[in-house]
Amino acid sequence: MHTKTIAQLSQGLKDKEFSSVELTQHYLNRINQSQLNAFITVTDEMAMKQAQAADEKIASNNANILTGIPYAHKDIFCTQGVKTSAGSKMLDNFISPYDATVSHQLNNADLVMLGKSNMDEFAMGSSNENSYYGSVKNPWDVTKIPGGSSGGSAAAVAARLSAFATGTDTGGSIRQPASLCGITGLKPTYGRVSRYGMIAYASSLDQAGPMTQTAEDAALVLNVMSGFDEKDSTSAEQDVQDYTANLNDSIKGLTIGLPKEFFSEGLDNEVADNVMAAVKEFEAMGATVKEVSLPNSAYAIPTYYIVAPCECSSNLSRLDGVRYGYRCEDPKDLEDLYLRSRSEAFGEEVKRRIMIGAYALSAGYYDAFYLKAQKTRHLISDDFKKAFENVDVIMGPVSPTTAFDLGSVKDPVSMYLADIYTLSANLAGLPGMSIPAGFAQNLPVGLQLIGNYWSESKLLNIAHQFQQQTDWHQKMPQEN
Amino acid sequence: MEWETVIGLEIHAQLNTKSKIFSGASTQFGAKPNSQACAVDLGLPGVLPVLNKEVVKKAIKFGLAVDAHINQRNVFDRKNYFYPDLPKGYQISQLDWPIVGEGKIEISVGDKIKVIGVTRAHLEEDAGKSIHDLYNDFTAVDLNRAGTPLLEIVSEPDMRSAKEAVAYAKKIHALVQYLEICDGNMQEGSFRCDANVSIRPMGQEELGTRAELKNINSFKFLERAINLEVERQQDILEEGGKIAQETRLYDSVKHETRSMRSKEEANDYRYFPDPDLLPVEISDELMNQIRKELPELPTEKKSRFITEFDLSEYDADVLTSQKPLADYFERILVNNSDHAKLCANWVMGEFSAACNKNQIEIKDAPVSADDLSLLISRICDDTISGKTAKDVFKAMWKGEGSADKIIESKGLKQMTDTGEIETIVDEIIANNTPQVEQFKSGNEKILGFFVGQAMKATQGKANPKLLNEMLRSKLG
Repeated sequence: MHTKTIAQLSQGLKDKEFSSVELTQHYLNRINQSQLNAFITVTDEMAMKQAQAADEKIASNNANILTGIPYAHKDIFCTQGVKTSAGSKMLDNFISPYDATVSHQLNNADLVMLGKSNMDEFAMGSSNENSYYGSVKNPWDVTKIPGGSSGGSAAAVAARLSAFATGTDTGGSIRQPASLCGITGLKPTYGRVSRYGMIAYASSLDQAGPMTQTAEDAALVLNVMSGFDEKDSTSAEQDVQDYTANLNDSIKGLTIGLPKEFFSEGLDNEVADNVMAAVKEFEAMGATVKEVSLPNSAYAIPTYYIVAPCECSSNLSRLDGVRYGYRCEDPKDLEDLYLRSRSEAFGEEVKRRIMIGAYALSAGYYDAFYLKAQKTRHLISDDFKKAFENVDVIMGPVSPTTAFDLGSVKDPVSMYLADIYTLSANLAGLPGMSIPAGFAQNLPVGLQLIGNYWSESKLLNIAHQFQQQTDWHQKMPQEN
Repeated sequence: MEWETVIGLEIHAQLNTKSKIFSGASTQFGAKPNSQACAVDLGLPGVLPVLNKEVVKKAIKFGLAVDAHINQRNVFDRKNYFYPDLPKGYQISQLDWPIVGEGKIEISVGDKIKVIGVTRAHLEEDAGKSIHDLYNDFTAVDLNRAGTPLLEIVSEPDMRSAKEAVAYAKKIHALVQYLEICDGNMQEGSFRCDANVSIRPMGQEELGTRAELKNINSFKFLERAINLEVERQQDILEEGGKIAQETRLYDSVKHETRSMRSKEEANDYRYFPDPDLLPVEISDELMNQIRKELPELPTEKKSRFITEFDLSEYDADVLTSQKPLADYFERILVNNSDHAKLCANWVMGEFSAACNKNQIEIKDAPVSADDLSLLISRICDDTISGKTAKDVFKAMWKGEGSADKIIESKGLKQMTDTGEIETIVDEIIANNTPQVEQFKSGNEKILGFFVGQAMKATQGKANPKLLNEMLRSKLG
C-alpha cells in the first residue's frame, strides 16, 4: 500500500481495496519500525479516530479525493490538543490550544494526521541536525543528513512512512530536503498558503507547501492548503485554481531559462550532470533552452542571512518563559528568568541567528544591514522579473551537492552556503519546486523549477510532464 | 537668571473601538483579568495580527481635525523590548511613517490665543498590566488591555508654562471627545499624558536637556508635575549642575518625581517594519467620506454660540470646552431659546459647581438637561424666583423629584396676586413710619428694607418684580 501515490491510494479507498483504518495502521506500523527519527510526535490514537471517521464518509459516499489519506504534519504547524514543538526544547511542553489555518484545512479535507514530523529547531537549518529531538537520517543512507529544515517530512515521504507531508520553506526548507531525499516538494508563491498558526521563523519569507511523491499529489494537496485567509494579512486574495486541471497540458514550446550563476563554482559535477540531463529530457519533449542571468543572486546569501535573522530575533521574543513554554528553575528575578529560560531552551543555531538579527537591527547598524538587505532584495526580485520576460520557467540545481554526512559540516557559514540556489525564490516571493532528477554517488539529486508569481499550476504541469517521461520519482530507498 | 520653560506633550488617547487593534477581543474596561485576551493578544506561537479598520478611520478623523497632513500610505513597525505584560516581546507601533503628520491646534490661556504644533500622531497597541502588589513573591499580569488601540499624539515643544501645557492637553481631550474617538476617561487610563520638560536661559535659542515625566493621570497633576520639574531643574542649574536626560515618574501622593531610567539605560528598541502587516493604504474616497462625516468642532461651535445665542467670548469658550457640557447646554436651550444667557449662567454656575463638588461626570449627574430645562422654564414664566430656583435645584440634585413636584410640595410658587401683595405692602408701610420718612427724604437704599420685610412675610414667595413696582408706587 505504502508504495502508492495519493491518487492511487484514493482510488484504492474508493474501490474498497483497503480501508483508511487499514492504511493508517499500516503507516503507523512502518513509522514504529523506522529508525529514521522522522517524527517528534506520533498521534496514533487520534489518527485511528480520524481514519474511522474517514471510512464512514467513504462508506456513505461523502468522501472527497483526499478523505482518509494519512500524512505527516511538520511540527511547526499548531495542532489543537497536540504538542507543537517546532523542534525546540522551548516548546517541548507546548500543547497548542488552537489549530493553524493549514491544520484546519487539512482536517476539513478528512485527511488523517499520523504525527508531527521532525525539523530543525524553529526551521533554522539545512541538515535537520538542529532539532532538539535529534537528527533525522536520510532514508537513502542513514549516515547522511536528510536536508532541512523539513527533514522529517522529506524522510517520511521518501521512506513511505506517510503518503505525503507538509513542509515550510523560508530559504529552501521544502525544496532542499525534497531534493536530498528524492521526493517532490513545492514552495508556493508567498501569500498563497496562510501562515496563521505556522510558528514564524522569518515572516516575510515563510511559506508552507506540500511534500509528495509526485507532482500530481502536490497539486491535490495544494488544492486544499491554499487560499486567502482573513487571519493572515499577508495572504493573497487570489483565487484558488484546481491545480490538477492543467497537469496534462503539453509543454511543447516551453522556454526554459538556465541562469548561468546557478552553474558556477561550487556545484558538484555529478549534480550538474544530472540537472543538465533533465534539461535535455525537457528539450526532447519540445522545450527550448535559453541562458539567463540573475546578476544579483550572489547577494542572496548575505541578504537572506540579514533579513531572516532580523525577523526571527523579533519573532522569537515571545518565547520568554513567562506565559508558556520552557521556564528555568527558580529564577531569582525577571532578568534571570529571561536569560536562563532562553539560554537553556534555545539551541546554538537559534541563538546565533537571534544575535545576528538583534545586532543588525540595533541603533547605528540598521541602515547598513537591514535597509541595505531590503534594497538588495528588490534587486534580486528585479533580476527575476527581467528573466521572466524571456522565459517561462527557470531551472537549475536545488543544492550544490547531494546529502552530506551527518555531523560533517561544523562551520555555520559553510552550511549557509549550501542554500545558495534556493534563497532567491524566497527573497523574491516566487514559487519553486524540487523534483527527483537522478542520482549521484547513489544519492538523489533534485531539479529546481522556479516560476513566475502565481504560476503554481504551470510548475506542476511541467513537473508532471517530466514525471510522465521519467521514473526517478518512483525510486524508493531500501527499507531501514 | 531668568529661565524659560519649554514643554512638549505626548498624549496617549485610547481609541474607543469595540474590539482590539489587531484582534477580535473586546476592549471593555474592568473585566475579569485575562478574560478578554485571545490567542493573538496572548502572543501564542504562530498567531498573526490583523488591523482593525475602525482605528484607521478614527485616526484620520483626528488628523483632519488638527489640520494635519494624513499619510495615505503609512507603516506599522515593531518596537522590540522584553516585559512580562508585553506578550510578543514587541509592541506594534508606527515609527517613520505615522498615519497623521504635521498639524496644529489653537489654545487660549487667559485672553491670549496661541497655536501649538502637532508633530505627528501614530497608531499603536497598548501593553497589558503588571500588578506588583497582589502576591508576595510574584508579579501578576493582566492582558485584557494588551492590544487596545492607542493614538499617540506628539506635540512640538511649543508650550512655555504648565498652564499652557494644561490648556493644550484639555483642548486635545475635548477634541477627541468631540470626534467621539476616545471616551477621555483619565481615571481608567483612556487618556494619558507624558510631558517633556526642559528649561533654558531666557533668550537662548538652543533647547536645554529634557526630562520626560510619566504617570500623570489628571490635568491637576500635569500642572503640578511640570512646575515641580521646572523648580528641580532650576535648582540644579543654578547650583552649577547638569540636567540628566531621563524618564521620571510622578508620584501624586508624595508630590515628587523620581528617576525611572536614564538615557544610558534606555532600550534600543530595534524598530523595523512589521512583516506581518502590509502598509496601510488610505484611498481618497475614504478621506472624503470621513471629511464629510466630521462633526462640528469646538472652534466652530464656539463661534456659533457667540453669533447664534449672543453669548460672550468667555461663556462660549467655557461651554464648548467639553462636548458633554456643550450638549447639555444646547439641550436646555431647546425650550428656553429666548434665555440663552440665563441658561449659560445656570450650566456654568450651579450645575458645573455641583458636578465639580461631587466629582461627577456630566453624563452621571442626577439632574439631567431636561430636568434643568424645566426648572429654568419656571424662572422664565415667573413661577419661582431665581433665588428660590437655587433651592429647588439643590432638592433636585438630592433626588427629591422634578422642579414642578418640588415647587408644589414645598409651596414655593411665587405670589403673583397683586391684591395679596398689596395687603402685605400696605401693612408694612403702616408699621414702619420712620423708614418711610427716610425713603421720602431721598434714602433710596432703604427700599431694600421694605423688600426684605415683604419677603419675610411671604416666605420669599412674592414676585420680586411685582413687589418692587408696588413699593415704589406706594412710597413715592
